[in-house]
Amino acid sequence: MAMNKIRGAFAVPRKGETFELRAGLVSQYAYERKESIQKTIMAMTLGKDVSALFPDVLKNIATGDLEQKKLVYLYLMNYAKSHPDLCILAVNTFVQDSEDPNPLIRALAIRTMGCIRVEKMVDYMEEPLRKTLRDESPYVRKTAAICVAKLFDLNPAMCLENGFLEMLQEMIGDPNPMVVANSVTALSEISHTAPETQALQVTPNTLRKMLMALNECTEWGRVTILSTLAEYRTADVKESEHICERVAPQFQHANPSVVLAAVKVVFLHMKFVGPELAKTYLKKMAPPLVTLVSSAPEVQYVALRNIDLLLQKQPDILNKELRVFFCKYNDPQYVKFQKLEIMVRIANDRNVDQLLAELKEYALEVDMDFVRRAVKAIGQVAIKIESASEKCVNTLLDLINTKVNYVVQEAIVVIKDIFRKYPGYEGIIPTLCQCIDELDEPNARAALIWIVGEYAEKISNAGDILGSFVDGFNEEFSQTQLQILTAVVKLFLKRPEKAQGLVQRVLQAATAENDNPDVRDRAYIYWRLLSNTSDSNATKNIVLSDKPPIVTTISSLPPALLDQLLQELSTLSSIYHKPSEQFVGQGRFGADAVQRAAIEEQLQNARENPLAAAAAAAVSGDTPSAPAQNNIESLLDIDFDGGAPASAHPEASGGMSGLEGLAGTPVRMQSPAVGSPAPQASNNLDDLLGVFGDSGPAQPSSSDANGSGAAGDLMNGFSGLDLSSNAPLADSQPKKSNQDIMDLF
Amino acid sequence: MLSGILIFNQKGENLIFRAFRSDCRPRLADIFRIQVISNPQVRSPILTLGSTTFSHVKHENIYLVAVTKSNANAALVFEFLYRLIMLGKSYFGKFDEEAVKNNFVLIYELLDEILDFGYPQNTETDTLKMYITTEGVKSAIANSPTDSSRITQQATGAQSWRRSDIKYRKNEAFVDVIEDVNLLMSATGTVLRADVNGQIVMRAYLTGTPECKFGLNDRLLLDNSDASGGNGMRGGGTSGASKTTRAAAGSVTLEDCQFHQCVKLGRFDADRIISFVPPDGEFELMRYRATENVNLPFKVHPIVREIGTTKVEYSIAIKANYGSKLFASNVIVRIPTPLNTAKTTERASQGRAKYEPEHNNIVWKIPRFSGQSEYVLNAEATLTSMTHQKAWSRPPINLSFSILMFTSSGLLVRYLKVFEKNNYSSVKWVRYMTRAGSYEIRF
Repeated sequence: MAMNKIRGAFAVPRKGETFELRAGLVSQYAYERKESIQKTIMAMTLGKDVSALFPDVLKNIATGDLEQKKLVYLYLMNYAKSHPDLCILAVNTFVQDSEDPNPLIRALAIRTMGCIRVEKMVDYMEEPLRKTLRDESPYVRKTAAICVAKLFDLNPAMCLENGFLEMLQEMIGDPNPMVVANSVTALSEISHTAPETQALQVTPNTLRKMLMALNECTEWGRVTILSTLAEYRTADVKESEHICERVAPQFQHANPSVVLAAVKVVFLHMKFVGPELAKTYLKKMAPPLVTLVSSAPEVQYVALRNIDLLLQKQPDILNKELRVFFCKYNDPQYVKFQKLEIMVRIANDRNVDQLLAELKEYALEVDMDFVRRAVKAIGQVAIKIESASEKCVNTLLDLINTKVNYVVQEAIVVIKDIFRKYPGYEGIIPTLCQCIDELDEPNARAALIWIVGEYAEKISNAGDILGSFVDGFNEEFSQTQLQILTAVVKLFLKRPEKAQGLVQRVLQAATAENDNPDVRDRAYIYWRLLSNTSDSNATKNIVLSDKPPIVTTISSLPPALLDQLLQELSTLSSIYHKPSEQFVGQGRFGADAVQRAAIEEQLQNARENPLAAAAAAAVSGDTPSAPAQNNIESLLDIDFDGGAPASAHPEASGGMSGLEGLAGTPVRMQSPAVGSPAPQASNNLDDLLGVFGDSGPAQPSSSDANGSGAAGDLMNGFSGLDLSSNAPLADSQPKKSNQDIMDLF
Repeated sequence: MLSGILIFNQKGENLIFRAFRSDCRPRLADIFRIQVISNPQVRSPILTLGSTTFSHVKHENIYLVAVTKSNANAALVFEFLYRLIMLGKSYFGKFDEEAVKNNFVLIYELLDEILDFGYPQNTETDTLKMYITTEGVKSAIANSPTDSSRITQQATGAQSWRRSDIKYRKNEAFVDVIEDVNLLMSATGTVLRADVNGQIVMRAYLTGTPECKFGLNDRLLLDNSDASGGNGMRGGGTSGASKTTRAAAGSVTLEDCQFHQCVKLGRFDADRIISFVPPDGEFELMRYRATENVNLPFKVHPIVREIGTTKVEYSIAIKANYGSKLFASNVIVRIPTPLNTAKTTERASQGRAKYEPEHNNIVWKIPRFSGQSEYVLNAEATLTSMTHQKAWSRPPINLSFSILMFTSSGLLVRYLKVFEKNNYSSVKWVRYMTRAGSYEIRF
C-alpha cells in the first residue's frame, strides 16, 4: 500500500488496467508478477499500448524462471524503441545471460539482443556475439550466426569492422549441419542486401561442405542451402553434374518446399550437363511435381504456378499426367483456374478427347467464372491442336445449345478466335446468329458482329442483322460500336448494293452523334477510304486484306522474362509471374529510408528530451516514426490494390478486384508487349487497323496497364479491353492508393 | 524472410502478433483484417499490397498469416504455416481460437523458438516438447544446464529427431499403412482418375539408436535385376503385358515416394533401400503415390432421373469389390439433391438414409459393409417450383469409408529389420487400412 501511495504522488491514474498491471508487476509475490507479465503481453497483442509499464516490466528481467524471462524479453523487443535509454538497464542481464551455463539461456540472450533495435544495445553486442559465435554448444552457435545478420541490418559498419562476416564464412565448415545452414542463411541475406560485401562466395570448398550438410540438416536449412546452390554459377560441367547428382535425392523429401527448391537447383544446373543426363533428370522430377498437386491447397497453388513456368520452358515433362490436374469439385477456385491453364498447356492429340470431355463437364457447372474459363480453354485447345478443332467446335455448339446465357456468350467469343485460325466452319454461323438476342456483353456482341462482317458474303441476311445493330448504335458499348462500324463497311465492300444506306447511317451516327474519339476517328478513316474514288480497290485491299492467322491463344511469357522467372522458382515472383522489382523493391527501400530517417530524428529528439520522445512514441503507438507524415509515407508504401478496382473496372469479372490477377492469366497479359508480339496480335480483331497489328504490341512496354490499355484500345480492338480489365496488381497508382488511405481513415 | 506471424479469429481480432523484423508494423494487422477477412471477394491465399505480402491459411476458426516484405519463398511460407498448425495440434489437441487464447504465452514461446529473424529453425514436435512445455506437463529439465545442453545438442544434431538415451523394456515397432484412394468416375461409368495416396506411419518404441531397414513389394526394388532405365523411377518403357504379370506376382509400382527426414535419401536414390534411424514414438515414415492397378473397393451405379421440374428419382447401387472376409466400416454415401428440394423419401436395403437439408444431401450410412455384397438405395426428392428455373449442377456423389487389412494399391510390407548395437530382439506389427480420399462419382 505504501508503494501505491508513493506512486499516487506521481499522478499515475489510480484505476484502470494499466494501474492494476503495474501493481501486479511490482508485487512481492513471484506468481503475481508472472501473471501480470502475461496479462501485459496479452494487452500488447490486443493492440493496447502498454509501453508505460516499461520500467516495471524491466524490473522482472533478472529471474531464474525461463518462461518469465522469455516473456520479459518479448515485451522488451516490442517496446525497446519507446524507452531506448532504459534499455541500458537490461544490458547487464543480457551480457550475464550470454555467459550462463545453460545453453538455452545463452542462445535466448543473444537471440533477443539482436532484436532490440536500439543503438545502445548494439554497442554492447560485440563481445557476447563474438563469444557465442565460438560457443561450444551448436545450438548457441546457430543462434549467434543468425544474430550476425541482425547486427548487419542494424549496423553494417560494426559488423564488418569486427570481422563477423569472416567468422560466419568460417562457420560454413562447422561440424554441425544446422550451424552450417544458419551461417549460409545469414550470409546469403547479407549478400543480398549488400552485394558489395561479397559475403557469400561459394568456392569448391564451401560447395562441398554445403552439399554435405544438405543431407543432414533440418528441412528448412535444406531450403536455404538449395536456394544458394541454385544461385551458384558452376565452374564446369563436372561441377554441375555433381550438384545435380547430390540434389536429386531431395526430390523425395516430405516437405514440398524442399522438393521445389531441389527442382529449382536441378532445373537450373541441368542446362550445363549433357542432353541425355538432362533428360533423365526431367523424367525424375515429373513424379515429385505431380505429388505436389495433392498437397494442401495453398501449397498446391504455389506448385501449380511453378509447374506453369516449368511447362513453358519444357512443355513435355508432364505429358502423361493430364488426369492429375482434373479439378475436384471442392477445390478452391484459385486452384481450379490454375489447373485449367495447365491442362491446356499439356494437351496434345493423344489426350485431347479426355480433356474435352472433362472441360465440357466443367462448362456445365454453376460457378460462372470457372465455367467461362472452361469454355475459353476449349477454344484454346481447338487452336492449339488442329486435329481436335472439329470436336472442339462441336462441343462448343453443344454448349451453345444449353442456352445458359454466360456459356453462350463466352462460347461465341471463343468461336470468333477459332474462325480466325480455321476459316472452314462457316456452317455453324446460322446457329450463332440465333442467339443474337441473348448477348448482352460487349465482348460477345462484338465477337458475333465481327463474324457477321467477316463472312458477310455468305450470310444472306447479314444486312438485316447489322441493320438492327445500327439502329441501336448509340446505346452500344464503344468496343461494340467499333465492330459494328467495321462490319458494316466490310458488308458494304462485299455487297455494295445491299448496304449503301446502312453504311451512310452508321458513319453518320459514328461521326456526328458519338463522343468517343476512337469511334469517331475510325469512322472518319473509313469515310475517307470510301470516298476515295481514284482507286476503288485500295479500300478493299486495306479493309478486306488477309489477316495473319493466329498461332495460339494460350498466353505465354516472353522468353527473357521466363528465364528470369525460372531463377526465382517457388518465390512470390514465380506466383505472380512478375520480376520481383515490380512488387517489392523500390517501394521497400524508399519506405525503409524514410523510416530510418525518422528513427534518426527520433533518437536525436530522445537525446535532447527523453520525456517528450516517450510521449510521442506512446501516441504513435508503434514505431517511433514521426507522427502524421511518416505514417502516410508508410501507407503509401502499402499500395492498396484490393478494394478499389472492383468499382474502377466494372469488367474485372464480377469485381474480383486486384486479386483476381493472381489466379489467372491477366497478370501475364500485361507483359507480352516486351518481346513477343504474337500473343497480343493474336487477340486482335484485325479490321482495318489490324494491318498495323505488328506495330500495336511493339509499343514501349509500360508497367502501367491502364496506360497501355488505353493506347492499345484503338490498335487492338478486343485486346484493349482485356488489358484494361486487368487491374494492375502492384503498380504504383498514387491516385488509387490515396483514395484507399482515405477509406482507411 | 518472414517479417511476422499473425493469428486472427474469424471476426478479425488479432490474437497473436509476433514481429520478427522491424518492418512488420502493428498496423499491418488492421490492413489484413480490412483487406482479407472482411473482404468476401478475396479468393487467393496470397495478397501483395505495396511491398507487403500476406500469405494466409485458414484452420478451424482461425487465420494464420505470414507477413513478408521481400520476394519470399512462397512454398516455404505456406509449408511453415501448415507446420505451425501441426505443432499447435500436437500441443493443444485442437488448434482453434479457444486454444490460442488459452495458450498464447506458449505460442509466443514456440514462435520464438521455431523462427529466428524470420527464418524457420527446428520445428520437430518431439524435440520442442522437451523444452517448451504446457501447463500440464511441467518439467524442470530446461532449467538445469546439463539436461539443456543435451537438449540443445539434439535440437541441432544430425539426428535432431532422436534422443540418444531412449530405453524400453520391450522393444516394439508398429507400422500402419494407410491409403487414401481417390476416384473420379464420369457419368458414363468410365474411370477418369483413380490413384492412391498412401502414407506409412510408424510408432517406434525402440531402445538406443536403432538402424532400421524397411522393405516393400516395390516393383523397382523387386526386379532391380531387369530394371531397364537406370535408376529412373519408372524404369523405362514397360509393356502392358509385363505390367500385369508383375501385378500378379504381387509387386506394385510406386509413382513417387517421399520420406521423413530421418530416411537416408541418398541410399534410396542409389539402390532403393529405405534405411533410417527412427524418431521416438509416432511419425510419418513415408508417403507415396500409386496410379497403376488400383483396386477400387466400391463400384457405384447411380441412376438419377429428373422427372419434369418437380421430382428427382434416385437409384444408387453400391457393390463391394473386396474379399468377402473383409468388411468396410462407416461407409457414408452423400448423394446431392437439388437446392429446391422440399422433401425426400428413401428406402435402403442396408443401413440408414437421411436427408440433410443444410448440405443438400441425402446421407446414406452403412456401419458395416462386408465384402462382395451389394446394397441399393431408392430415393425420391420432391422439388418446390421456383420462379427462376436454374439448371441443377449435379455435384458428384461422394463416398467415405475405411477398410482394414486392405490396400488399394496392393502394397505390402515385406520386412522391417532393426539393427542396434545391443542386438536386442524387437516385435513388429503391421496394419493396413484403406480410406476414401476424394471418392467421387458423377451422374
